[in-house]
Amino acid sequence: MTAATRQASTTTAATLAARPEHSPESPLSIHAMTVAYHRKPVLWDVDYDAPSNQLIAIVGPNGAGKSTLIKACLGLVPRASGQVEFWGLSYRQARSRIGYVPQRESVDWDFPVSALDVVCMGRYRMIGWCRPVSRRHRQAALACLDRVGMRDYAHRQISQLSGGQQQRVFLARALAQEADLYFMDEPFAGVDAATERAIVDVLRDLRETGKTVVVVHHDLQTVPEYFDHVILLNMRVVAAGPVEAVFTNDNLHKTYGGRLTLLSEAAEAIARAAKGEG
Amino acid sequence: MISIPFNIGLDLFPMLAAVLAAASCGVLGNFLVLRRLSLMGDAISHSVLPGLVIAFLLTQARSPVVMFGGAALAGVATVVLVELVKKLGRVEPGAAMGVVFSLLFALGVLLIEQAAVRHVDLDADCVLHGQLETLAWYSAPATWGELVSWQTLDAVPRQVVVLAVTCALAIAFVVVLFKELRIAAFDPGLATAQGYSATLLHYLLMVFVAAATVAAFEAVGSILVIAMLICPAATARLLTDRLRTQVVLSVVLAVMSGVGGYIAASAVPAALGKDSVNAAGSIALVAGLLLVVAIVASPSHGLVTKMLRQRALSRRVALDDLIAALYRAAEVGTSDPTRQQPQPQPRPQPRPQPRPPTQTFRTPRGGGTPRRAARLAVRRGLVRQGDGGGLILTESGRELAAALVRRHRLWERYLVDRAGLPPDHVHETAELLEHLKPSPADGPTTDPHGRPIP
Repeated sequence: MTAATRQASTTTAATLAARPEHSPESPLSIHAMTVAYHRKPVLWDVDYDAPSNQLIAIVGPNGAGKSTLIKACLGLVPRASGQVEFWGLSYRQARSRIGYVPQRESVDWDFPVSALDVVCMGRYRMIGWCRPVSRRHRQAALACLDRVGMRDYAHRQISQLSGGQQQRVFLARALAQEADLYFMDEPFAGVDAATERAIVDVLRDLRETGKTVVVVHHDLQTVPEYFDHVILLNMRVVAAGPVEAVFTNDNLHKTYGGRLTLLSEAAEAIARAAKGEG
Repeated sequence: MISIPFNIGLDLFPMLAAVLAAASCGVLGNFLVLRRLSLMGDAISHSVLPGLVIAFLLTQARSPVVMFGGAALAGVATVVLVELVKKLGRVEPGAAMGVVFSLLFALGVLLIEQAAVRHVDLDADCVLHGQLETLAWYSAPATWGELVSWQTLDAVPRQVVVLAVTCALAIAFVVVLFKELRIAAFDPGLATAQGYSATLLHYLLMVFVAAATVAAFEAVGSILVIAMLICPAATARLLTDRLRTQVVLSVVLAVMSGVGGYIAASAVPAALGKDSVNAAGSIALVAGLLLVVAIVASPSHGLVTKMLRQRALSRRVALDDLIAALYRAAEVGTSDPTRQQPQPQPRPQPRPQPRPPTQTFRTPRGGGTPRRAARLAVRRGLVRQGDGGGLILTESGRELAAALVRRHRLWERYLVDRAGLPPDHVHETAELLEHLKPSPADGPTTDPHGRPIP
């Protein structure tokens, strides 16, 4: 797989930079990406350029391919076609500048490690092979735990944390990576109010320090409050752009209510026909 | 009295081989157990057999290097095949491993039969329980003092040397790549994203498991290998919540099982007047027994600890309920509880007054009965026996009870006002929540039933 991806990424570097619609300054450019599970397409022909230094929400109904979009960008699920670039570079080249917060259920929380151990894992790239975690990196990890309000829990085994606290540990781990572009998969799912506030504070902090964050989000109510940019997704990109321009009733209806509209139109047609007869 | 028969010539090298095999498998087993791949050890230890036979058939040599090469290749082939079966057959990992290793083992047995390589003592029997007895040292010195000489090194059998090297390499592998193995086991996606290929680490681990298996295999057999890949790691996991400690403990436990099991194999049957049993089997049994002991008696995860904790909790709940009931009884009896006098008629047990309608002594599990709670309360000076035989709260008991009743009524207030429950539905919930410790210093002064909040 490695040779193939390397080859693919060098060729994409040439092609995408040549395309006028994609700018090499964008932290994330997706071109004509299609993803399929077991030959069934989940994402169709996604085209997107993320603006720099913004909080971006990916919104859409269940099964719309929100998590898949993130995973396909990071190469965690194979792409059937299309290209993804980060600042005009392939994922392999840009990897050190990209942080990822997976869904909480993606790991075994009974694993015998402490919260601090988990956050330190975010710094392994800087530490390198075969070398122990030094004091400096442990201090940095502690500072990240502090930013999410979890310093007091640093030495707890992770199964003894609540769901929200576990989510914050994941967030701290991403912060420890010191990336420029973050992907977060449903960080707000099933968390308590304190965690939600902590996450929002961290997101704003990240934006202030010039980072870009792409978040899979499920709560439509809070989109305008928390985010600058939004991608409305339902197997394809229905609309994408600044929240105030794109996050409209009309677009939401298209994203969530496609089938519903068709059914209600059919129901109206039947009602009309019945009235015409009667 | 069990005597410990230890004969340097007969026992030194077999025991050393057993301990080294146990330690190498024990240390690697941690990462199999954590990745929920315990069966992979089973799979590899069986499927190295065809690897060994094919390596022998191709080279007609039995050098350790050739054997290790064959075993390592077989180990990697097992992992690849398991992945393939999982992906193409769309079955769960356990099923994939089961299919692959039983097929490969069968292939190995057939190859041995067909290729008539029996004369090189590679048969299916010795695969299962090893041949520790072949390690006996017939020209051994009689005393420990004479062991310290260069001749001893010459006498060390090949298997023990191979096991010693394997054990050292396995421990070095885990120590040097501890951080990498940990992240790959916990979160393979992150490991790969951080530049530590989880796939590479996975295969490395499997190569080491295969090497440990083939080194252990000839001397101690695959039963011991399988037991040692799982039992010490699983036992150590129950004793600690830190991976570093777990790895160290697993090696200690493996060595303990090795020594203990080896000695028990001859000592226990001798004490019963029987012939000694297979040492590998006995070692595996000891490892299993250690696991059982940890399941029952581990200080953090053991059944006994859990039971004790539950008992302590149910005792506290019963005590809380008792003094709260006394407080309420006193409250109903007079508006000023400090002037409460013992009731004129003797009461064997304090009966809850009709007002708190559902206040009863339910008997929680684990011995928290009202009678015991009453004895405990008297012992702690929360309650004293009144003149008529009833129970009366002491000053400190009343303080504690007031705090409890306060928490109970605050919760009722909260459940009605904030959670919107009807007043007749909140008592049960408040009854559970009142045992939680903190309560705010100020708040409402009456509960939803109109009673004062102390």
